[in-house]
Amino acid sequence: MNVGLEHYLVVSMLLFCLGLLGVIVRRNLLVIYMSLELMLNAANLALVAFSRYTDSLDGQVFVFFIITVAAAEVSVGLALIVALYRKRQTAHVEDLTTLKL
Amino acid sequence: MQDALFYTFAFLTLVFGFLVVANPFSRNPVTSAMFLVLTIVSLAGLFVLLHAFFLAAVQILVYAGAVMVLFLFVIMMLDLKEEERRKIKTLGIVGGLVSAGAILTIFLNSLLKAPLGAVQSPAVEGGTVPLAKLLFSQYLLPFEIVSVLLLVAIVGVVLLSKKDLK
Repeated sequence: MNVGLEHYLVVSMLLFCLGLLGVIVRRNLLVIYMSLELMLNAANLALVAFSRYTDSLDGQVFVFFIITVAAAEVSVGLALIVALYRKRQTAHVEDLTTLKL
Repeated sequence: MQDALFYTFAFLTLVFGFLVVANPFSRNPVTSAMFLVLTIVSLAGLFVLLHAFFLAAVQILVYAGAVMVLFLFVIMMLDLKEEERRKIKTLGIVGGLVSAGAILTIFLNSLLKAPLGAVQSPAVEGGTVPLAKLLFSQYLLPFEIVSVLLLVAIVGVVLLSKKDLK
């Protein structure tokens, strides 16, 4: 059987689910952040596959923008984590319970 | 040949992705970061198979290069030894598996039902020239907005990392 659009979409789905699993299961802020990157990459893979199999480049331009925004997002997010660590000396979500009643 | 490469890269991507999330041997964030680099590189391989050559290069340069260096830099600055001593709660694992399984079911259902309309012999090539032509004509305004966004991110990061954050 030839590899088609469906195959790429299934890989992208599984990768997205792995990222979601990581966001929910892991308790370290940095690892949660890496899992978020995994989910973003899964979406990118789906977009590139669609772009290839619908014969238009728009999807790839979209992925280009996503990569740029993701880079900006990572830099701001990591700066936030560092600022948080300076204040609370922890990068563990279970220690950050200020919003708990 | 193409099919064998697809299966190799897809397998590698998923295995490395799993090792980012749940490495049975180590809970160290550095290990996760290293496996994330490998995941990204195998994803770039999949991009090449999809004829998205420019994006494959950008993926390696920006993600495996810049973003991961940033991650490792932050891991180095913070002392994360403590992570390995903490236990993962069963409730978290069960909740994660249930929600990931639920969303996977939704995805698979919609994939089975959706009319994908895939072209039989795709001819599109994601080289630098066609992408640049599209980027600087049809997508010029978003391109400029993204450059402003990067500037905003720079200013924000400098402000956030000031010593006396108010």
